[in-house]
Amino acid sequence: MPETLEAIDRNIINALQGDFPLSDEPYRVVAETLGIGADELLTRLASMLATGVLTRFGPMFQVERMGGAFVLAALKVPEVDFERIAGQVNSLPEVAHNYRREHAFNMWFVLATETPQGIAAALEKIEGLTGLPVHAFPKEREYFVEMKLRA
Amino acid sequence: MLSEHESLDDMDRRLIVATQAGLPLLLKPYHALAEQLGISAADVQSRLTRMLAAGLIRRIGAVPNHYALGYTANGMSVWDVTDTHIDELGTQVGALAFVTHCYRRPRCLPDWPYNLFAMVHGSSRAEVEEKVAQIAALLGVEARAHDVLYSSRILKKSGLRLAG
Repeated sequence: MPETLEAIDRNIINALQGDFPLSDEPYRVVAETLGIGADELLTRLASMLATGVLTRFGPMFQVERMGGAFVLAALKVPEVDFERIAGQVNSLPEVAHNYRREHAFNMWFVLATETPQGIAAALEKIEGLTGLPVHAFPKEREYFVEMKLRA
Repeated sequence: MLSEHESLDDMDRRLIVATQAGLPLLLKPYHALAEQLGISAADVQSRLTRMLAAGLIRRIGAVPNHYALGYTANGMSVWDVTDTHIDELGTQVGALAFVTHCYRRPRCLPDWPYNLFAMVHGSSRAEVEEKVAQIAALLGVEARAHDVLYSSRILKKSGLRLAG
Protein backbone atom coordinates (compact mmCIF):
# COMPACT_ATOMS: atom_id res chain seq x y z
CA MET A 1 0.00 0.00 0.00
CA PRO A 2 1.36 3.46 -0.82
CA GLU A 3 2.61 5.33 2.22
CA THR A 4 1.27 8.60 0.89
CA LEU A 5 -2.33 7.58 1.59
CA GLU A 6 -3.07 8.42 5.21
CA ALA A 7 -5.32 6.28 7.37
CA ILE A 8 -7.97 9.00 7.44
CA ASP A 9 -8.02 9.10 3.63
CA ARG A 10 -8.53 5.33 3.52
CA ASN A 11 -11.37 5.67 6.01
CA ILE A 12 -12.92 8.39 3.87
CA ILE A 13 -12.77 6.23 0.74
CA ASN A 14 -14.30 3.28 2.58
CA ALA A 15 -17.03 5.48 4.08
CA LEU A 16 -17.91 6.83 0.64
CA GLN A 17 -18.60 3.49 -1.04
CA GLY A 18 -22.37 3.79 -0.74
CA ASP A 19 -25.33 5.12 1.22
CA PHE A 20 -24.23 8.72 0.77
CA PRO A 21 -26.87 10.80 2.57
CA LEU A 22 -29.48 12.68 0.58
CA SER A 23 -29.96 15.14 3.39
CA ASP A 24 -29.17 18.86 3.24
CA GLU A 25 -25.59 18.62 4.56
CA PRO A 26 -24.48 15.13 3.57
CA TYR A 27 -20.74 15.71 3.93
CA ARG A 28 -21.25 16.79 7.54
CA VAL A 29 -23.12 13.54 8.27
CA VAL A 30 -20.28 11.45 6.80
CA ALA A 31 -17.61 13.57 8.49
CA GLU A 32 -19.24 13.01 11.89
CA THR A 33 -19.05 9.23 11.47
CA LEU A 34 -15.33 9.64 10.74
CA GLY A 35 -14.70 11.96 13.67
CA ILE A 36 -13.55 14.88 11.52
CA GLY A 37 -15.09 18.17 10.48
CA ALA A 38 -17.03 18.64 7.25
CA ASP A 39 -14.42 21.15 6.04
CA GLU A 40 -11.63 18.64 6.49
CA LEU A 41 -13.61 15.96 4.64
CA LEU A 42 -14.22 18.34 1.71
CA THR A 43 -10.57 19.43 1.63
CA ARG A 44 -9.32 15.84 1.66
CA LEU A 45 -11.82 14.79 -1.01
CA ALA A 46 -10.75 17.68 -3.24
CA SER A 47 -7.11 16.77 -2.69
CA MET A 48 -7.64 13.07 -3.52
CA LEU A 49 -9.49 14.06 -6.69
CA ALA A 50 -6.71 16.49 -7.65
CA THR A 51 -3.96 13.91 -7.14
CA GLY A 52 -5.85 11.12 -8.88
CA VAL A 53 -6.29 8.86 -5.85
CA LEU A 54 -9.99 9.21 -6.67
CA THR A 55 -11.08 9.47 -10.27
CA ARG A 56 -14.57 10.66 -9.36
CA PHE A 57 -16.98 11.30 -6.55
CA GLY A 58 -20.67 11.36 -7.35
CA PRO A 59 -23.60 9.35 -8.66
CA MET A 60 -22.64 6.26 -10.67
CA PHE A 61 -25.15 5.98 -13.46
CA GLN A 62 -26.35 2.69 -14.90
CA VAL A 63 -26.97 3.81 -18.45
CA GLU A 64 -28.81 0.62 -19.42
CA ARG A 65 -31.58 1.51 -16.98
CA MET A 66 -32.03 4.73 -18.95
CA GLY A 67 -32.45 2.88 -22.22
CA GLY A 68 -28.79 3.22 -23.13
CA ALA A 69 -26.03 0.68 -23.49
CA PHE A 70 -22.56 -0.28 -22.31
CA VAL A 71 -20.20 -2.36 -24.44
CA LEU A 72 -16.69 -3.63 -23.82
CA ALA A 73 -14.52 -3.52 -26.93
CA ALA A 74 -10.91 -4.20 -27.81
CA LEU A 75 -8.31 -3.27 -30.39
CA LYS A 76 -5.03 -4.82 -31.45
CA VAL A 77 -2.93 -1.69 -31.70
CA PRO A 78 0.52 -1.72 -33.30
CA GLU A 79 3.00 -0.53 -30.64
CA VAL A 80 4.37 2.29 -32.78
CA ASP A 81 0.87 3.75 -33.14
CA PHE A 82 -0.25 3.21 -29.55
CA GLU A 83 -0.21 6.79 -28.28
CA ARG A 84 -1.87 8.21 -31.37
CA ILE A 85 -4.63 5.62 -31.31
CA ALA A 86 -5.16 5.98 -27.56
CA GLY A 87 -5.72 9.69 -28.19
CA GLN A 88 -8.19 8.98 -31.00
CA VAL A 89 -10.18 6.46 -28.95
CA ASN A 90 -10.19 8.66 -25.82
CA SER A 91 -11.41 11.64 -27.83
CA LEU A 92 -14.87 10.08 -28.05
CA PRO A 93 -17.10 11.13 -25.11
CA GLU A 94 -18.75 7.69 -25.44
CA VAL A 95 -15.51 6.07 -24.21
CA ALA A 96 -16.09 5.87 -20.44
CA HIS A 97 -12.83 4.16 -19.63
CA ASN A 98 -9.91 2.67 -21.45
CA TYR A 99 -7.10 0.40 -20.27
CA ARG A 100 -3.89 -0.80 -21.78
CA ARG A 101 -3.55 -4.55 -21.24
CA GLU A 102 -0.75 -7.01 -21.88
CA HIS A 103 -2.08 -9.09 -24.77
CA ALA A 104 -2.28 -8.98 -28.58
CA PHE A 105 -5.59 -7.21 -27.83
CA ASN A 106 -3.75 -4.43 -26.00
CA MET A 107 -6.43 -1.73 -25.73
CA TRP A 108 -9.73 -2.43 -23.91
CA PHE A 109 -12.36 0.24 -23.52
CA VAL A 110 -15.98 0.57 -22.44
CA LEU A 111 -18.47 2.56 -24.47
CA ALA A 112 -21.47 4.06 -22.70
CA THR A 113 -24.17 5.55 -24.91
CA GLU A 114 -27.62 6.96 -24.38
CA THR A 115 -29.21 4.65 -26.94
CA PRO A 116 -28.31 1.13 -28.13
CA GLN A 117 -27.84 2.56 -31.62
CA GLY A 118 -25.20 4.88 -30.24
CA ILE A 119 -22.89 1.90 -29.71
CA ALA A 120 -22.80 0.92 -33.36
CA ALA A 121 -22.21 4.54 -34.36
CA ALA A 122 -19.34 4.90 -31.87
CA LEU A 123 -17.74 1.62 -32.98
CA GLU A 124 -17.94 2.73 -36.58
CA LYS A 125 -16.41 6.08 -35.69
CA ILE A 126 -13.50 4.39 -33.89
CA GLU A 127 -12.85 2.12 -36.88
CA GLY A 128 -12.91 5.16 -39.13
CA LEU A 129 -10.54 7.17 -36.93
CA THR A 130 -8.05 4.41 -36.22
CA GLY A 131 -8.29 2.30 -39.37
CA LEU A 132 -8.34 -0.80 -37.13
CA PRO A 133 -11.08 -3.41 -36.74
CA VAL A 134 -12.84 -3.13 -33.38
CA HIS A 135 -13.85 -6.33 -31.59
CA ALA A 136 -16.95 -5.77 -29.48
CA PHE A 137 -17.72 -8.02 -26.54
CA PRO A 138 -21.26 -7.14 -25.49
CA LYS A 139 -22.28 -8.75 -22.23
CA GLU A 140 -24.69 -11.64 -22.60
CA ARG A 141 -25.15 -12.25 -18.88
CA GLU A 142 -24.07 -10.31 -15.82
CA TYR A 143 -23.20 -12.69 -13.00
CA PHE A 144 -21.83 -10.13 -10.58
CA VAL A 145 -20.79 -6.47 -10.44
CA GLU A 146 -19.43 -4.89 -7.33
CA MET A 147 -16.91 -2.15 -7.84
CA LYS A 148 -16.23 -1.48 -4.18
CA LEU A 149 -12.62 -2.14 -3.22
CA ARG A 150 -11.47 -1.63 0.34
CA ALA A 151 -8.90 1.11 0.63
CA MET B 1 -36.64 5.61 -26.20
CA LEU B 2 -37.54 4.91 -22.61
CA SER B 3 -40.82 3.07 -22.95
CA GLU B 4 -39.68 -0.14 -21.28
CA HIS B 5 -37.25 1.67 -19.00
CA GLU B 6 -37.49 4.18 -16.25
CA SER B 7 -38.76 7.37 -17.75
CA LEU B 8 -36.55 10.38 -17.38
CA ASP B 9 -37.87 13.84 -17.88
CA ASP B 10 -35.84 16.73 -19.18
CA MET B 11 -34.92 17.88 -15.66
CA ASP B 12 -33.67 14.39 -14.73
CA ARG B 13 -31.43 14.48 -17.76
CA ARG B 14 -30.15 17.94 -16.83
CA LEU B 15 -29.45 16.65 -13.32
CA ILE B 16 -27.45 13.73 -14.77
CA VAL B 17 -25.42 16.08 -16.95
CA ALA B 18 -24.83 18.37 -13.96
CA THR B 19 -23.53 15.52 -11.76
CA GLN B 20 -21.84 13.13 -14.17
CA ALA B 21 -18.42 14.71 -13.60
CA GLY B 22 -19.04 14.65 -9.85
CA LEU B 23 -21.15 15.91 -6.98
CA PRO B 24 -20.31 19.51 -5.91
CA LEU B 25 -17.75 19.58 -3.09
CA LEU B 26 -19.76 22.09 -1.10
CA LEU B 27 -21.38 21.82 2.30
CA LYS B 28 -24.82 21.79 0.66
CA PRO B 29 -24.26 20.05 -2.69
CA TYR B 30 -27.95 19.50 -3.44
CA HIS B 31 -28.69 23.17 -2.86
CA ALA B 32 -25.86 24.11 -5.23
CA LEU B 33 -27.31 21.82 -7.91
CA ALA B 34 -30.79 23.19 -7.25
CA GLU B 35 -29.60 26.72 -7.80
CA GLN B 36 -27.81 25.74 -10.99
CA LEU B 37 -30.90 23.96 -12.35
CA GLY B 38 -33.52 26.43 -11.10
CA ILE B 39 -35.41 23.93 -8.95
CA SER B 40 -35.62 23.30 -5.20
CA ALA B 41 -33.09 21.26 -3.23
CA ALA B 42 -35.94 19.00 -2.16
CA ASP B 43 -36.66 18.32 -5.84
CA VAL B 44 -33.00 17.47 -6.49
CA GLN B 45 -32.99 15.10 -3.50
CA SER B 46 -36.22 13.39 -4.52
CA ARG B 47 -35.06 12.93 -8.12
CA LEU B 48 -31.79 11.36 -6.93
CA THR B 49 -33.71 9.18 -4.47
CA ARG B 50 -35.99 7.98 -7.27
CA MET B 51 -33.06 7.26 -9.61
CA LEU B 52 -31.30 5.30 -6.85
CA ALA B 53 -34.44 3.28 -6.12
CA ALA B 54 -34.89 2.52 -9.82
CA GLY B 55 -31.27 1.47 -10.26
CA LEU B 56 -30.49 4.30 -12.68
CA ILE B 57 -27.90 5.30 -10.13
CA ARG B 58 -26.02 2.32 -8.70
CA ARG B 59 -24.78 4.42 -5.78
CA ILE B 60 -23.42 7.84 -4.94
CA GLY B 61 -19.83 7.16 -4.10
CA ALA B 62 -16.12 7.55 -4.56
CA VAL B 63 -14.37 5.87 -7.49
CA PRO B 64 -10.79 5.16 -6.47
CA ASN B 65 -7.84 4.70 -8.75
CA HIS B 66 -7.01 1.03 -8.12
CA TYR B 67 -3.30 1.70 -8.34
CA ALA B 68 -3.43 4.47 -5.74
CA LEU B 69 -5.10 2.10 -3.27
CA GLY B 70 -2.27 -0.39 -3.69
CA TYR B 71 -4.16 -2.69 -6.06
CA THR B 72 -1.32 -2.60 -8.53
CA ALA B 73 -2.11 -5.94 -10.16
CA ASN B 74 -5.41 -5.77 -12.02
CA GLY B 75 -6.12 -8.88 -14.02
CA MET B 76 -8.98 -9.56 -16.40
CA SER B 77 -9.20 -13.34 -16.25
CA VAL B 78 -10.89 -14.86 -19.27
CA TRP B 79 -12.09 -18.43 -19.65
CA ASP B 80 -13.38 -20.74 -22.35
CA VAL B 81 -16.20 -22.51 -20.52
CA THR B 82 -18.48 -25.11 -22.06
CA ASP B 83 -21.75 -23.50 -23.10
CA THR B 84 -23.86 -26.03 -21.23
CA HIS B 85 -22.28 -25.16 -17.87
CA ILE B 86 -21.39 -21.51 -18.18
CA ASP B 87 -24.42 -19.95 -16.47
CA GLU B 88 -24.21 -22.24 -13.46
CA LEU B 89 -20.42 -21.79 -13.17
CA GLY B 90 -20.48 -18.09 -13.98
CA THR B 91 -22.82 -17.51 -11.05
CA GLN B 92 -20.42 -19.41 -8.77
CA VAL B 93 -17.37 -17.49 -10.01
CA GLY B 94 -19.26 -14.21 -9.55
CA ALA B 95 -19.99 -15.21 -5.96
CA LEU B 96 -16.28 -15.50 -5.08
CA ALA B 97 -15.46 -12.68 -2.67
CA PHE B 98 -12.52 -11.36 -4.67
CA VAL B 99 -14.22 -11.19 -8.09
CA THR B 100 -15.40 -7.61 -8.71
CA HIS B 101 -17.06 -8.08 -12.11
CA CYS B 102 -18.15 -11.28 -13.83
CA TYR B 103 -19.83 -11.52 -17.22
CA ARG B 104 -20.61 -13.92 -20.04
CA ARG B 105 -19.56 -12.44 -23.38
CA PRO B 106 -19.45 -13.84 -26.93
CA ARG B 107 -16.38 -15.64 -28.21
CA CYS B 108 -14.73 -14.13 -31.27
CA LEU B 109 -13.13 -17.07 -33.05
CA PRO B 110 -10.44 -17.77 -34.02
CA ASP B 111 -8.78 -14.89 -32.15
CA TRP B 112 -10.75 -15.08 -28.94
CA PRO B 113 -12.06 -18.39 -27.55
CA TYR B 114 -13.10 -16.99 -24.14
CA ASN B 115 -16.69 -16.49 -23.03
CA LEU B 116 -16.38 -15.87 -19.27
CA PHE B 117 -14.74 -12.69 -17.95
CA ALA B 118 -13.88 -12.26 -14.25
CA MET B 119 -11.96 -9.25 -12.90
CA VAL B 120 -9.47 -9.95 -10.11
CA HIS B 121 -7.46 -7.30 -8.25
CA GLY B 122 -4.48 -7.70 -5.94
CA SER B 123 -1.44 -6.01 -4.52
CA SER B 124 0.83 -8.28 -6.58
CA ARG B 125 0.59 -10.56 -9.59
CA ALA B 126 1.29 -13.51 -7.29
CA GLU B 127 -1.84 -12.62 -5.33
CA VAL B 128 -3.90 -12.37 -8.52
CA GLU B 129 -2.50 -15.68 -9.74
CA GLU B 130 -3.42 -17.36 -6.47
CA LYS B 131 -6.99 -16.11 -6.91
CA VAL B 132 -7.06 -17.17 -10.56
CA ALA B 133 -6.02 -20.64 -9.41
CA GLN B 134 -9.09 -20.72 -7.17
CA ILE B 135 -11.28 -19.90 -10.18
CA ALA B 136 -9.54 -22.62 -12.20
CA ALA B 137 -10.20 -25.13 -9.42
CA LEU B 138 -13.87 -24.14 -9.33
CA LEU B 139 -14.30 -24.43 -13.11
CA GLY B 140 -12.35 -27.70 -13.33
CA VAL B 141 -12.59 -29.53 -16.64
CA GLU B 142 -15.37 -27.22 -17.87
CA ALA B 143 -12.71 -24.56 -18.55
CA ARG B 144 -10.84 -25.59 -21.68
CA ALA B 145 -8.46 -22.64 -21.70
CA HIS B 146 -7.86 -19.38 -19.88
CA ASP B 147 -5.68 -16.30 -19.86
CA VAL B 148 -5.13 -13.29 -17.59
CA LEU B 149 -4.81 -9.84 -19.17
CA TYR B 150 -3.11 -7.47 -16.76
CA SER B 151 -3.74 -3.77 -17.14
CA SER B 152 -0.51 -1.82 -17.44
CA ARG B 153 -1.97 1.68 -17.74
CA ILE B 154 -5.23 3.55 -17.25
CA LEU B 155 -5.70 5.43 -20.52
CA LYS B 156 -9.03 7.01 -19.55
CA LYS B 157 -11.45 6.75 -16.65
CA SER B 158 -14.10 9.40 -16.89
CA GLY B 159 -17.29 7.36 -16.60
CA LEU B 160 -20.51 8.14 -18.43
CA ARG B 161 -20.68 11.45 -20.31
CA LEU B 162 -23.96 12.50 -21.83
CA ALA B 163 -23.87 15.44 -24.18
CA GLY B 164 -24.83 18.56 -22.23
